[in-house]
Amino acid sequence: MATTELETSRADSVWRQRLSRWDVKASPYLYIAPFFIVFALFGLFPIIYTAVISLMDWDTIRNSGEYIGFGNFEYVLNDRKFWVSLRNTFSIFILSSIPQIVIATFVAAMLDHHLKARTFWRMGVLVPYVMMPVAVALIFSQLYADSYGLVNHWLGMIGIDPIQWHKDVIPSHVAIASMVNFRWIGYNTLILLAAMQAIPRELYEAAALDGAGKSRRFFSVTLPQIRPTAIFVIITSTIGGLQIFDEPRMFDSAGNGGADQQWLTITMYMYNTGWGELNFGRASAIAWLLFLIILVFGLLNFWLTRKFISSDKGGE
Amino acid sequence: MAVFKRTSMVHLNRPTWFTYTALAVVLLASFFPFYWSFLIGSGDATTVRDPNMSWLPGGNFFDNAMTVIQNPAVNFWKALWNSIIVSTTVSISTVVLSTLAGFAFAKLRFKGNGPLFVAVIATMAVPVQLGIVPLYILMAQFGWTGSLGAVILPALVTAFGVFWMTQYLQQSLPTELIEAARVDGCNMLRTFWHVAIPAARPAAAMLFLFTFVTAWNNFLWPLIVLDQSNPTLPVALSLLQANYFVDYSLVLAGALLATVPLLIMFIFTGRQLVAGIMAGAVKG
Repeated sequence: MATTELETSRADSVWRQRLSRWDVKASPYLYIAPFFIVFALFGLFPIIYTAVISLMDWDTIRNSGEYIGFGNFEYVLNDRKFWVSLRNTFSIFILSSIPQIVIATFVAAMLDHHLKARTFWRMGVLVPYVMMPVAVALIFSQLYADSYGLVNHWLGMIGIDPIQWHKDVIPSHVAIASMVNFRWIGYNTLILLAAMQAIPRELYEAAALDGAGKSRRFFSVTLPQIRPTAIFVIITSTIGGLQIFDEPRMFDSAGNGGADQQWLTITMYMYNTGWGELNFGRASAIAWLLFLIILVFGLLNFWLTRKFISSDKGGE
Repeated sequence: MAVFKRTSMVHLNRPTWFTYTALAVVLLASFFPFYWSFLIGSGDATTVRDPNMSWLPGGNFFDNAMTVIQNPAVNFWKALWNSIIVSTTVSISTVVLSTLAGFAFAKLRFKGNGPLFVAVIATMAVPVQLGIVPLYILMAQFGWTGSLGAVILPALVTAFGVFWMTQYLQQSLPTELIEAARVDGCNMLRTFWHVAIPAARPAAAMLFLFTFVTAWNNFLWPLIVLDQSNPTLPVALSLLQANYFVDYSLVLAGALLATVPLLIMFIFTGRQLVAGIMAGAVKG
């Protein structure tokens, strides 16, 4: 009785040791596996397969395609809509990223004081971030209504003629960019605020001792110190910004980017080609072209960041 | 010396009337679209076209909201429920799976740890949303189009989440604590549960909130893969405009209804969101 108990317990401990070793070795891989599986299935595979479909004339009914070479790319690159949507996407991106960073820097500088009710102000600027872009677009498209909108009404009060927000190219881009700005300024403000608060306070004191006033301290101390963060903010906004869809799609009730594609963006063009015209081959070609554009931008960003960061040594 | 420094900083950093005025203007601008849509949504079909409309809300918000809710084409309750299900599932799964992976990357020694983590970061630069054509074909083949699973599955875990949790655990989880748990005979999963999870809690809460907001507002993919009979809120809202393009008091009442749940959440958790954004910025 005693011996068998001893034997089982010994066997048990050997088994346990083996299990424990296996546990140490295999666990890390098990823990990181879900991410890689999800990414492979729903991220990597689709994006590679997009390239395959872009070379096909895809039949959505039979759910299969026929190889046709670069015909889809040829069609898309000769389509006026592609170039117009490319122009619109870049125009909206520039109109949203530059004012956004300027205003966010200003608001962050305002928040970077010994404020009363600090948390209240910080939360206040972040409210737009939780608003649904579709809802924001519905609201703003009415504020910007051509004939009766509040924006035109206010402009009229200061003697400016009504602007055709839903007809003219640049005004429609300004209106859509303002929705993006509305939603993201507060978010970026907080990122820049964090960067400002990380600036050693001695720098300000030294500048003040040298006789620098408030605005001088802002331009000579604050701005150079937050530059790496500002660049980071712009870079992270490119990937999403070049894929803008929600706001322009909801800017009017038709969702086709205007009668003359005034505010058609690349993602809208892809959506309309894929799920409006049911042409998956061409939609894939558009997706890959956008992918290449984003890739080029990413590399450009990478190069720029390295250049900037090596040029200012103080930056993190 | 320290006292001198502190007082001098307070002096340099003292807000003026200009600071408060500027911030008040920003705050007003943040709330204005929300309030304005409440004004329109509480009026009638003509309010939006009336340049001399009142700046006080009318009395029709409840009626307008009921009209939106009861419209069979909009499917409001179903959309709300679907949005809650999708956002909650996606957030919980992202937090759990990201914490698991973050724990492994931050604290466990295994072959390929470094390169694999670099791979995770690299995937953040891949615009995976561009793979929606094959993703749709895949979902159609499995017969999942129209079901919430098609929206949930691709969002189960994100590279950002893994990166975020790894960064956090690297700093805040002492390796000795893990070793102590191991000596006490905890297996890996128990160590994770009893040591890593408690340490990860603040970062996990922030990740939950960010993921929830993103999932709640997500539009393009649900628009493609779900249909009108089983929408999420943004999809239902987009139908509202197509259905009611004449009466904007209804459309904007609907826009408000879709936003209110997140605003309520924001009142209670906005503090953590602010902290999360500011903490992330310092690392980035």
